[in-house]
Amino acid sequence: MTRKKRRLMVLLLAGLGLGTATALTLTAFQDNLVFFFSPSDVLANPPTSDRAFRLGGLVEAGSVERGTGADGRPAATFRVTDGANAIPVTYSGVLPDLFREGQGVVTLGRLLPDGKFRATEVLARHDETYMPPEVADALRRAGHWNPAQGAPPPAETWNTAPRAREGRSGG
Amino acid sequence: MIPELGHFALALACVLALVQSVVPVVGAARRDVRWMGTAGPLAAGQLVAVAVAFGCLLWAFAVNDTTVSNVVANSHSAKPMIYKLSGAWGNHEGSMVLWVLILALCGGSVAAFGRDLPTALKARVIGVLGWVAAGFLLFIIFTSNPFDRIWPPPPDGQGLNPVLQDIGLALHPPMLYLGYVGYAVTFAFAVAALLEGRVDAAWGRWVRPWSLVAWSFLTLGISLGSWWAYYELGWGGYWFWDPVENASLLPWLVGTALLHSAIVVEKRDALKIWTVLLAIMAFAMSLLGTFLVRSGVLNSVHAFANDPTRGAVILALLMIYVAGAFALFAWRAPRLAPTGIFAPVSREGALVVNNLLLCSIAAVVLAGTLWPMFADILTGAKISVGPPFFNMATAPLAIPLVLAMPIGAMLPWKRGDVWGAMQRLWWAACLSLGIGFLYLAALGYPVWPAIGMALAAWLIIGAAADIADRVALFRRPAQAWQRAKGLPRAAWGAAVAHAGMGVTIAGVAGMGVATDTLVALKPGESARLAGYEWRLEHITDVQGPNFTARRAVVTVMRDGATVTVLSPERRTFQVDRQTTTEAAIHTNAMRDLYAVLGEERDGAGVLRLHNNPLAPWIWFGSIIMALGGGLSLSDRRMRVAAPAPKGATAPA
Repeated sequence: MTRKKRRLMVLLLAGLGLGTATALTLTAFQDNLVFFFSPSDVLANPPTSDRAFRLGGLVEAGSVERGTGADGRPAATFRVTDGANAIPVTYSGVLPDLFREGQGVVTLGRLLPDGKFRATEVLARHDETYMPPEVADALRRAGHWNPAQGAPPPAETWNTAPRAREGRSGG
Repeated sequence: MIPELGHFALALACVLALVQSVVPVVGAARRDVRWMGTAGPLAAGQLVAVAVAFGCLLWAFAVNDTTVSNVVANSHSAKPMIYKLSGAWGNHEGSMVLWVLILALCGGSVAAFGRDLPTALKARVIGVLGWVAAGFLLFIIFTSNPFDRIWPPPPDGQGLNPVLQDIGLALHPPMLYLGYVGYAVTFAFAVAALLEGRVDAAWGRWVRPWSLVAWSFLTLGISLGSWWAYYELGWGGYWFWDPVENASLLPWLVGTALLHSAIVVEKRDALKIWTVLLAIMAFAMSLLGTFLVRSGVLNSVHAFANDPTRGAVILALLMIYVAGAFALFAWRAPRLAPTGIFAPVSREGALVVNNLLLCSIAAVVLAGTLWPMFADILTGAKISVGPPFFNMATAPLAIPLVLAMPIGAMLPWKRGDVWGAMQRLWWAACLSLGIGFLYLAALGYPVWPAIGMALAAWLIIGAAADIADRVALFRRPAQAWQRAKGLPRAAWGAAVAHAGMGVTIAGVAGMGVATDTLVALKPGESARLAGYEWRLEHITDVQGPNFTARRAVVTVMRDGATVTVLSPERRTFQVDRQTTTEAAIHTNAMRDLYAVLGEERDGAGVLRLHNNPLAPWIWFGSIIMALGGGLSLSDRRMRVAAPAPKGATAPA
């Protein structure tokens, strides 16, 4: 009887632990999953401004402008492109060391009603030849690069690629 | 010539490992003493062979042998010698050799220190270690040979990623691997026990020191990695819930659970099946960590080896070892009849709660770490799970765990009562609540940091109360010193480690009220942060051994008096054409003043300034935890070998 009781107790405790862990995971998932979208995804299906997401692609060559924001903090604006479409991004803060025009970038933030993406984080990578997998996937989906055929084409060609010019929203 | 010697030594080690994985195990099954006796020499031979291979790799890096493709890809003649050597394990191939070297070291020490281990158990343990070593050596030889030649040799190497040229990163992998691989030994003990069909107190006495060693090194390794991220990446943070950080935290969580349940096996001969399961899980988590880091399946700062084949092979190894061990577990575990009965409220019961909570935290972290991968496979959605998820999901489990820690340590074995323990702890509880409220009032109501501070105080004071209670400091103060000397080191170790956890939590709570600012300053201008005045003096050019740098000189003043002069740098490495930021940190143990130099524009330098209260405590606490582990390890009872149980070598 005591052994049976003890076993039941242990099972109950384990169930409680597992249940709590599952419940916690699910509630936390509900609010905190961050989706990744490419510029084409955002234009096709614009997320609401209350939901943070990650925007990734290549930094469009010639689009980076550094200045000072309204609050006196250093700020930057640039465009993130997947070859087919581009989204303007504003960022207040210091861009990471490996931030370069024509290189892969992943930014975290929200889409403002005016269609600009306000980034709170621009993710740095350790390796300049490294392409974030989501970015590689976004470029592949936009039909501008097949990763199987080697490294991405040089940055300058992204802006002049015909589909990139057509798809641009703001000039 | 030397690289070929290294390659040959690796192949030799692989053959020895293959023999080691068969002969002693078969010998143990057939009760053949001579076959079992081969275990020790084979493990020693494997150690020598792997050490020679590692030595050859170090040599190739030291002389910058550009005919070896690994050296070309990861080194350069202009690097300082220490980073040439650490570059040997700063890449995928070399780090796998280090992994196997540490595994061989563990095998060798089981052979050397396990003289009093029952012969059959020892043969089986070393045999299982041979399985693991053989798998990884085959992996190295067939997919990641560090000695591959390149022809024609380029004039010089391509250099090591500058952020890896750092003393913290030179030490981080060996520490972490000592932890990861240490769990291979407890895994081997678990599998050997399953093969043998017996787990007893003697087994617990052998598993506990190994899990302590692995745990202590893993603690140090994780904290070194976190410290490196803090000062080298220049983001001002210490933990980012990055998948690879989680990958090292998972074995730590499960390993901590193992550490505690092994005590129950040793002392009370209970929880045996569970402990065996935990030992398997801890190693599974270590392998999972290796897989996550090496395969590049997860998007991470560590993803430097994006090779799907390698990932697939490590995944296959993981499946074989873990699935094999679980199958064996399902088949043999029913033979490990539970003994040792205890009441729910007792030391054992508290340790069960500890295990339950730690495993729940591990499950949550595992789900959050792997979910992006599964979501990608199942739905094609690219998602990421960030710090908010982990903070929200782990805090409700971590808080009860911390609350229970001092109480559990006070409960007697077999049967106890919570109120009895609370009676001896009420003053600790009051004191820590007071500290929490003080923190709350002093800093203007930051709720979470105040809770953290109260929990930290609870752990530290609770550990002190535990020791005070054991030496009867208040009841018989005269003999307290005598009693303190007689107290087992393991008791001291536990209290020290628990207090260390408290110190780390205090650091985290301090960082909860950290402040930072971003300013663009011209020389002579100043900014204010946290009551300090930060004045940019000038920015100059500096020449380093293999880089050029821009160095800012920032004078930090308080009430007109100079506190410190910080010199953050932005370094440009010519060979790699990369730029890194070197944060400048001034610490007085209670607070870090932290400055990072960003880009320069129109004569102004962009500076990010951080005020990080109690930041050093995070790493200081983990050193205390590891010291606690070491103290516990030095317990006399651990050094005295377990007596051979009766009938260990007699036919069953």
